Amino acid sequence: MTILNILLQAVTDPGFAKMGAGIGAGLAAIGAGIGIGRIGGSALESIARQPEISGDLRANMIVAAALVEGAAFFAIVVCLLIVFVK
Amino acid sequence: MARSNRKIFRYLIPTFIILLYVGYAGVKVVYANEPIKETQQNVENVVADSSVNTAETSAEHKPAEEHKEAKLDAGKLIMEHIADAHDWHIATIGHNHISIPLPVIIKDASGLHVFSSSHLHEGEVYQGYKIEEGKIIAENGNDDFYDLSITKNVAAMFIAVFALLWIMLSIAGSYKRNGIVAPKGIQSFVEPLIFFIRDEVAIPSIGKKYEKYLPYLLTIFFFIFFNNIFGLIPFFPGGANVTGNISITMILALFTFAITSFSAKKEYWIHIINTPGVPWWLKFPVPLMPIVELIGVFSKPFVLMVRLFANITAGHIIMLGFFSLIFIFAEMNTGLGFGVSIFSVAFTTFMSFLELLVAFLQAYVFTLLSALYFGMAIEEHHSEEHH
Repeated sequence: MTILNILLQAVTDPGFAKMGAGIGAGLAAIGAGIGIGRIGGSALESIARQPEISGDLRANMIVAAALVEGAAFFAIVVCLLIVFVK
Repeated sequence: MARSNRKIFRYLIPTFIILLYVGYAGVKVVYANEPIKETQQNVENVVADSSVNTAETSAEHKPAEEHKEAKLDAGKLIMEHIADAHDWHIATIGHNHISIPLPVIIKDASGLHVFSSSHLHEGEVYQGYKIEEGKIIAENGNDDFYDLSITKNVAAMFIAVFALLWIMLSIAGSYKRNGIVAPKGIQSFVEPLIFFIRDEVAIPSIGKKYEKYLPYLLTIFFFIFFNNIFGLIPFFPGGANVTGNISITMILALFTFAITSFSAKKEYWIHIINTPGVPWWLKFPVPLMPIVELIGVFSKPFVLMVRLFANITAGHIIMLGFFSLIFIFAEMNTGLGFGVSIFSVAFTTFMSFLELLVAFLQAYVFTLLSALYFGMAIEEHHSEEHH
């Protein structure tokens, strides 16, 4: 009975949409963090192996990070739409 | 004697600047606090809603609102700064809003209406139009009109375009006068950027025929860069969220898409319909590969648009959010406001540096990806046997 009550609340209560938006934004942050962390890690490893091309590596790392962040921002935009658009 | 003086300045000046910041933030907190000390209801109201006013709590707000003029609706404040507007709000001193009213240009069935947006101040109706939630709607409810007004974003774009034209034309003039010599003045700031775009972006991506596309790439790069930078400046003539407006980024992405499509060679389209090296059962009878490639054709400019919009808007929201944090905490407790202001100002300064990097980076990424798409579009056919 209480499970049905909770389910009914979840379906009809508009506050749950905002909770979903929050969780989505958090997941986007996790995704961006993991992606950019891996990019930075492998860039640092490569710089350690061959320090003379660190300038090239730095430029490529920043480009790749910007592209990964673009994907995270997709999720942010969707969450903002959920919260602020009636 | 002069040596040791200079060493002291190294620490004095940054400390002084930091103290200025903290003092300024503290003064703002004090002025925001004065009217709201009377009612105790404020605390519950602030705790109850932190972002957007909802219908249920607006009834409780009514009696409290007459006492406090400075209750902060952080969500509304942030949205007001991000969104477009028909007047350029410069400052609010006490109860006076200082803003520049921008012209409203409406074309409807009865002709062209041009008037200042000061007539539409505070919900008035003028010539059958009024402003509701930032947009112009007709009094009689029909929407058969074109709103061609000079809004804040349009005016800011004009300012950035004027700055661009001034800088670029003066550089071109000095090149014509002096020839290829070492650059001086503003030229020495812009010339490395131009060479950077040409040598690191255009030539590696496009190849030999880069000169046809270089003017567009340079224009896109400097337009986005200048508009990003102007958006970061908190006072007039900066401060308008131009590249964070999805219509503007959509037009930029449409330009890239149009140039890619119109300059694409036959191989480009054949590769989309009939991708080489892919097994036949992905193309016939159910054309999976062509559909995926076609989606790619449209999603690439779409992603360009959303990436620039989201990056810049998110940066502005973050900075505005940190500033609003000061006032939200100040409404609960003045001391808390002071404490948070130090942390908030420090964080906002750090985020501003990050936003400077993002301003340049997003312009660079947009230009780089456009150049890559152009390069892919005009790629010459290299036969498979050479692999």
